[in-house]
Order: sequence, then C-alpha cells, then structure tokens
Amino acid sequence: MRLAGVTVTYRQRDVLDAVDLVIEPGERVALIGPNGAGKSTLLRVASGLLAPARGDATLAGKPVATLERIEVARILAVVPQQATLPFATRVEEVVGLGRLPHEHPLRGARPSDRAAIAAAIERVGLGHLLGRDVRELSLGERQLVLIAMAVAQASPLLVLDEPTIHLDLRHQVGTMELLVDLNERDGTTVVAVLHDLGLAAHFFPRLVLLDRGRIVADGAPDEVLTPERIRDVFGVDPALVRLPA
Amino acid sequence: MTTRGESLTPAGLALGRAVGARGRPLVLASGGIVALVVALVLGVGFGSVTIDPADTVAILAHRTLGLDLGREWAPAAETIVMDLRLPRVLTAMLVGLALAVAGVTFQGLLRNPLADPYVLGTASGAALGAAIAVLIPVRFVILEFGLLHGLAFLGALLSVFVVYRLSRMTGLAPLTSLLLTGYAVGSLLAAGLTMAMYLSGTAIRQIFMYLLGSFDSASWVRLAGALPIIAVCTVAILLRARSLNGLLLGEETAANLGVNVRRERGILLGLASLATAAAVAISGLIGFVGLVVPHVVRMVVGPSARLVLPLSAIVGAALLAYADLVSRLLGEIPVGVVTAVIGAPFFLLILRRARAGYEL
Repeated sequence: MRLAGVTVTYRQRDVLDAVDLVIEPGERVALIGPNGAGKSTLLRVASGLLAPARGDATLAGKPVATLERIEVARILAVVPQQATLPFATRVEEVVGLGRLPHEHPLRGARPSDRAAIAAAIERVGLGHLLGRDVRELSLGERQLVLIAMAVAQASPLLVLDEPTIHLDLRHQVGTMELLVDLNERDGTTVVAVLHDLGLAAHFFPRLVLLDRGRIVADGAPDEVLTPERIRDVFGVDPALVRLPA
Repeated sequence: MTTRGESLTPAGLALGRAVGARGRPLVLASGGIVALVVALVLGVGFGSVTIDPADTVAILAHRTLGLDLGREWAPAAETIVMDLRLPRVLTAMLVGLALAVAGVTFQGLLRNPLADPYVLGTASGAALGAAIAVLIPVRFVILEFGLLHGLAFLGALLSVFVVYRLSRMTGLAPLTSLLLTGYAVGSLLAAGLTMAMYLSGTAIRQIFMYLLGSFDSASWVRLAGALPIIAVCTVAILLRARSLNGLLLGEETAANLGVNVRRERGILLGLASLATAAAVAISGLIGFVGLVVPHVVRMVVGPSARLVLPLSAIVGAALLAYADLVSRLLGEIPVGVVTAVIGAPFFLLILRRARAGYEL
C-alpha cells in the first residue's frame, strides 16, 4: 500500500496535505493522532473509496483507481467503524458477507467459503453468538462481528478503523492479540487506526502519527511517542499517558 | 491467507455445518410451487361459470401437454379456460412475481424496509400516464396494447429516470436523496393526476379502475408483451444478488466487499423499475405485494438476496393468483382492495412477531 503526495480537500480545507506513506507487505502499523487528523480519510483514499484531489494511491503496485472494486476487495479487507442493518440478520450471515469477493457468481457460497466463515467465527470467538440477530447485540459484540467478517474475507491487507472503540478491556486486548496473530502467523499486513496510545505502543512495532492532515512522525513507538509530541499533538500532559516501558 | 479448511478443529467443522444450515428455504420453495399449481387449477376453475376441477385439469393437460385424461367437456368450457381464465391467472402470477422481485430489489437497494416497487415514482408516473391516455380523445390499439398501456409504461419509467437524475444533483447522501426526490416528484405527479381526474368527467371511472388494479382485461397478447420484459429483468436481478447482499451493511462497506455501488445501483434500479413498469402497464396499481412478500420470505430464510429473490418470486406469484381468485369470487371487486385487506393485517402480524422489530 502506497500513498504519494496525497492531498484531499473538503470545503477549502486540506484534510490530507501531501501525505506520503508506504506500507510494505507483512508490516503491522498503527495510525494515531487526534480527532480530525485525517486518519480515516487516509484509509478511505488507500481503499479507493475517496479520490484524492492530488497525488496517487497504489495497492499491490497498481493505481487503486484503475482496479475493479472486487479486485480491491481481494487485496484489502476493511473493518468499518460501524454498520447498520436494515433487516434482521444473523451473526453468521454478516460474517459470511466477508466471502462476497470470493464466492461463485451463480452458485454463491461454496464449502470452502463456509469453512472460512466458520474459522473466522471461531478465531474471533463468536461461537456463543451464533444465530443471534446482529441488531440485538451490544456495540462491542457488533464490532467483533465486523472484525470476523473481515477475517473471513482473508485479504492479504487488513485495515481497521478504531477496532477497539466499543470493546471492554478483555476484548480490546483479545482483538490486539488477534491482529498480532493474523500478522505473524498468516502474514497479513495490518493497518489499524487506534486512539489508545498504550495499546498502539504495546502491540505495534510501527506507529504513524498524523496531525492536521500531515504525517508528523513515523517509526518505532519510543521514537514517535516522545513527551513533547504527546503534549504538542494531543494537548495532554504526558504524565497522563501510560506507555509500556 | 488467514483462514484455511485444514486448520479447523472438530468444533469448527460442526460450526461450519451450522453456518450453512439456515433452514427452510426448500420447504418454502416447494410449498410455494404447490400453492402455485393449486392456484392455477382453482383460478381457472372458479368464476361466473364454475368448471369442475377435474375438467380443468383435463383441459389443461390436453391443451398444454397433449395428454388425454379420458374426460369429456363442453366446448364452451374449453374456450373459457383457454381464452379467458388461463391468461388471467398467468397474468396475475406474472405481475405478482414482478412486484415481489422489484420489492426485494428496492428494499435492498434503498436499505429501507418500507420501500416498495412504487417508492421512486413508478406508481404516480404510471397513474398520470394512464389518466392522460384516458383524457386524450385519440384511440388506437396495436396488438391489444392501447394508449393507456403505453403511457402507463412510459410514465412509470420516465418518472424513475427523472427521480434518479434529479437525486444526483443534490448534496445529500445518495440514498436519502433518492427517497426524498422520489417523494417530491411523486407528490408533483399526484397533483397532476388529481387535476386529470378533475378534468375527466365521466371518464373518471376508467382512471379509477386503473388505480385500483385489475386482471379483468388480461389476454394472451398482453401477457406475451409483458412476459419477456419481466423475465429478462428478473433473471438479470437474480444474477446481481451478490450486490444486494453487499448493500446490507451500507454502501461504503459494500464497496469494500467488492461491489461497484454506483454502477450496481443504477443497473438494479433500472431493472426493477422496468419490471414494475411492465407489470403496472398490464394490471394497474396493485399495492402491498411488493412490500409484504419480501418481508415474509426474509422471516423464513433470512436476508440473503440469493434466497429472498427467487422465493419472493414464487410467493408473490401465488399471492396475487389467490388475491385475484378472491376478487372474482366476491364479484369482481378490485384486486388491489383484496391485497390490501389481506396484506395489511398480515403485515401487522409479522411486525408483532419480528423479535428485533424493524428499524426505519
């Protein structure tokens, strides 16, 4: 995944300002930064949902704008921040939507798809929610369902937009461990927007810090999260942020 | 790759079976087909002249399959069955199929459980077209298709096209824009219809009959006119079930799941509107089928369009065939009244039974 000189303008304001970012296969990267820094916009440009005013976004070496959506979906899976459903839909049915880019156009889901769905449900730990209507679940449970959907999609690049926002502590850590496992065991490239600097620093070897549409720091957690930057960028007393030693 | 079959534990394999086993689509499909066949025999048999069900079966077997079941029947019975009742029953089925499939498509596309085939202006456009046809003093008929059929068909398509184009000029999110534009254009067309009815004098009854919907004037030729359009649109929509499934979680997620949302929205909207236009051109405005049938089917088999589309087609066809039968047994009351009287309470019952309720 590569962004070169990407600028996105919304109502005369630069949401992203000449951003360059290269993420190599197999990396595990956390995007951090205050609200409105442009993290979600960056992900939307990278996945081809938003065309930048200037600059290029490439995916697996090809300009993302020239790829069919189904090709993008086979390269990149996205865990959305939230999703609403118009009709009653079971947990396994939502997870199954992750197989849409792979399923047979006429016959639909095949045994290999069902196996992938079952494996994703097991891996995220949703077995106890099978058969439930997703709209009846808590926000945190719904978030896990969406993560399982992206796991079932099985694309080599996994992008998550604030995956832990509604999760309790145990599931936050569980989700982080799942991301590490997907990255290290399966070789999935993981890019996650995170607000919790502690989780980001503990579970991600590379942090990219955005502020007001620019990348202001990029590197290992201890290089990026200096007390000065925490004070300048996030506007909080560094003593309030607990980081792993 | 993150998920492979060989990494599954026994629990995972059991899970795999559970995942594939959302039940009952086959039961619904076979039940629906049996209901269709029964509707065919009953629908052909009953009416102002009742024909013995055995005779009905014998005539149908003789004329369609060339079988001789060893029964004798009056020549008049054969004429009634083949020239009057059979095209009527088949038209009811075809229209029910088209409205149900279009209903699934509109509800999925707009992500709105209250959507129906008429929501984006097809109904008001067709109604205004029909009313104008009644007012124009010119009369011509080409192959049994009159000005009314033609203008109703064109009115339905034209209004959806206008709604679609106008909706893309607003700064709103596409779905909100479509629904609001549909409402605005629909209101405008309804005003035109009111004016046309005001001006129509004694012809108002003719307009009114169209608005209520009826299979009274069904014929083989009209059926043959609508059939190819509806068949092609239905098959094309079925082949796009994947796109409708992707849209369950919203347009952005659909795009991330590999759906070209803008293109698919345009195509599906066009196909569903074309099928609706063909249906309303030959039958008038029949409500509730396109709204209720998709919900009934979803309650049984879940929301996957791969199942909901074909099953709604069967259930919609059966429902309208029975509604038409009831309408004839009650002395040709408008079939739209029958579908509303059956459909509305049934819909309320479904809403009561739906545990999670329907978010609007």
